[in-house]
Amino acid sequence: MLTVERVEKSYRTGGLFARRRKQVLSGISFEWKAGECLGIIGESGSGKSTLGRLLLGIERPDRGSVRWEGRPADERRARRGSVSAVFQDYTSSIHPFFTVEKALMEPLTLRNKRAAIDSRRIDRLLEQVGLDSSYRNKYPHELSGGEAQRVCIARAVATEPRCILLDEAVSSLDGSVQVQVLDLLRSLKTAYDMGYIFITHDIQAAAYLCDRVMIVRDGRIEETVDVDRLRDVQSPYAKKLLDMVMA
Amino acid sequence: MNSLEVSNLKIGDDATGRALVRNSSFLVEPGSCTAIVGESGSGKSLTCRAILRLNPAGLRQSGSIALGGVDLTKLSEREMRKIRGRRLCLIVQNGMRAFDPSSVVGVHLRETLNRHFGWSRAEMTARMGKAMESVRLKDPVAVMNSFPHQLSGGMLQRIMIALALVLEPDIVVADEPTTALDTVSQYEVVEQFASLRARIGCSMIFVSHDLGVVRRLADEILVMRDGEIVESGPTRKIFSEPRHAYTRHLISAKEALNRRFNHVMGGDDVVDR
Repeated sequence: MLTVERVEKSYRTGGLFARRRKQVLSGISFEWKAGECLGIIGESGSGKSTLGRLLLGIERPDRGSVRWEGRPADERRARRGSVSAVFQDYTSSIHPFFTVEKALMEPLTLRNKRAAIDSRRIDRLLEQVGLDSSYRNKYPHELSGGEAQRVCIARAVATEPRCILLDEAVSSLDGSVQVQVLDLLRSLKTAYDMGYIFITHDIQAAAYLCDRVMIVRDGRIEETVDVDRLRDVQSPYAKKLLDMVMA
Repeated sequence: MNSLEVSNLKIGDDATGRALVRNSSFLVEPGSCTAIVGESGSGKSLTCRAILRLNPAGLRQSGSIALGGVDLTKLSEREMRKIRGRRLCLIVQNGMRAFDPSSVVGVHLRETLNRHFGWSRAEMTARMGKAMESVRLKDPVAVMNSFPHQLSGGMLQRIMIALALVLEPDIVVADEPTTALDTVSQYEVVEQFASLRARIGCSMIFVSHDLGVVRRLADEILVMRDGEIVESGPTRKIFSEPRHAYTRHLISAKEALNRRFNHVMGGDDVVDR
């Protein structure tokens, strides 16, 4: 379980010595329960990716707390087995000198330094994301966008986390590949009994995958609503957002 | 206004001998919008750049591209330069890369207008300002004095559209102009494309993999796969009775997303515009 309480975050703007700060997130509080798929929706610049980095413990909030099972997110042990991530830019997500096999081994060896890793495990991971064992010796530049993103997903599930944070993970993919990856995520969710935090600007993709969506605007939570009740959104901003979807 | 006719366009890579675009022919009627859809690597962007003759020299190209009866492939670089911008406008995917990062966007706009018109500086600013207001950019002077990195992707894209409004080209070639944008900016930019066409009566070649956007804008659709046009026809027909298996695959993927969304929104299954 993830608990976020009254999180604030600001960045310094206008040069190294400037005093001005830009408030990126303010008063963010929410909970994510195990197995849930929560969508975080917002425009570019709304602070949703910053929030993602705080949840991953890559950055610390100025005020408030982010806790995985009660332990602060910036503690490495708290994150282990709790959360892994898949980002938008699949070209830069895999070390260019690593083969697919090596990329998938990395999280496993980090977790379990001494034990030898069963090579069948790599095959199984690849198979689960719809790739075959011939991909083991490929390098990232030999993969298409959809394939690279599948490898990133395989790497994220390798440690069997309770939650995967997906930051615009399907936004750079072509329409039809997008749906394939979303379907893959759906099937992995049941196979591994985990949940997602799905950060996106694409409301349709969020509606496809998520149980509940949180709409973020200018660093504040505008509204949180179950996907099944999406049509009953209250705030004018959320209504406007839904009207702009080009189905 | 002139039509654009592409016939037997072939593009190949000299180094590897691979055919990238195989024998594609199509006609863009004056004032109509043709969308090219397909996945990455299908040759959509190559076709666009071939029309503007912007492909790198290493690519072999044959076939004819006629704009109002004049074969663009036969023109000298000097003559082509006059056509680019004035009669053929390109709007690319990444606004950040379309502008010179080291100067404010006004410099780019003025340079372009200078090349094609003999206007004074004040006149250029006035015309550009008016066009920018019409694409809902508030405070055009401040925008013209900003560097590309100070503006959002949607704003840069709208500046490009404003420039096209002033240039009044015969044909606007838009290569994935909304792909890098979020839902809100995408909606605004698509609206501006529609009104651009309505206002200056230009034809449009609109490349996208987002069928929602294509449905909103296009009259005709070309479906490309591996450098080949596998199907073409009027938008409504492509959506209602796609013939090629690949087209059906593309549409069914979009439908899967739509169905879920429309279901939770409690609307009808098909929302036609």
